[in-house]
Amino acid sequence: MTKAATPESLLIIVPAFNEEAAIGSVVREIREKVPDVPVLVIDDCSVDSTVALARAAGAEVLCLPHHLGLGGAVQAGYKLAYELGYQYVIRIDGDGQHDPAYVEKIFQALRRSSCQMVIGSRFLDGGGTHSGPVRALGIGVFRLILRPILGKPVHDPTSGFVGVNRAALEVFSKSFPLEYPEIEALVVLQRKAFSFVEVPCRMRPRMAGRSTITAMKSLYYIFHVLLGVFVNVLKYERRRRLGRPAQ
Amino acid sequence: MDGLLNFLTGLSVLLILFVLASVRRAHIRVEYSVSWFAAALILLVVSRSESALRAISGLLGIGVPPLALLTVAGCVFLIVLFRLSVIISGLKDANIALAQRVAILEFHLRTLNEKTEAHK
Repeated sequence: MTKAATPESLLIIVPAFNEEAAIGSVVREIREKVPDVPVLVIDDCSVDSTVALARAAGAEVLCLPHHLGLGGAVQAGYKLAYELGYQYVIRIDGDGQHDPAYVEKIFQALRRSSCQMVIGSRFLDGGGTHSGPVRALGIGVFRLILRPILGKPVHDPTSGFVGVNRAALEVFSKSFPLEYPEIEALVVLQRKAFSFVEVPCRMRPRMAGRSTITAMKSLYYIFHVLLGVFVNVLKYERRRRLGRPAQ
Repeated sequence: MDGLLNFLTGLSVLLILFVLASVRRAHIRVEYSVSWFAAALILLVVSRSESALRAISGLLGIGVPPLALLTVAGCVFLIVLFRLSVIISGLKDANIALAQRVAILEFHLRTLNEKTEAHK
């Protein structure tokens, strides 16, 4: 993978941590469904064969020297994509939940809309969800809270199937939430006067392994994200009042 | 109550000795030992100075001076812990940025090596 050659250049990033059971299939499926798009797996210091299997499947791999968590891994991918000059980046999770068949749909929405971010939403067309009850409750709470902050409804605020353009890439390469980044990232974008649009996508069950977000962690997740949202709102409001540009 | 004061005095002396030993063995950097030394010294001085202890308990409205000392000690250690949290947060941010930069540089290096090999 070299510098992006075209003004419409797209990069697919796949954050992965110990995903040896799924990563090979995920990369192969992406290359099969979107053959001309480079795939970058960001390995968050896995202790299994994730790196080797991703390379064998045809992906480039960005290896983090130690475990940073999802946000740190995704931001590393954004930083590299920004440095290489890519105009668009779409993130697909390494566990196989996101169907690469929807990449084209997200990419077209990114190009044709004036939005800086496109979210693949599992709830827009009445599609199913594989979330547990606590997570589903959390999503409902976040929808309610985000509605007045974002100024419009967001149906799937926790979706990781997300595409961004270069303007958002620049923002995220400098500042990106480290833990549970999806919701806070929306607030960061909104505070920068950027916008987002959702497109319906069908999500699948994980190919292997279990989600790291257990019922107990879901409660911590809700608290953590609410605090992050609140802090971001305060931070950007203060900058706005002081007349400083948002960093 | 004298027992509690003596215990706190002993605790602060032990803390000073422990921090000194840790700095000497390079387990703690000097700049991060300052907070602990300051906390231990405040605890030591107040636990040995009856007038200071009375003044503090009067100021806080706590009738039992050793309890006032415990309150002060708790506050001092809370400040130390908060300062350390600020330092840890800064270090974590720097650490993440460094790790990402290392990964990106390694990626560029690998790409460069592959190109060089291909041209041979």
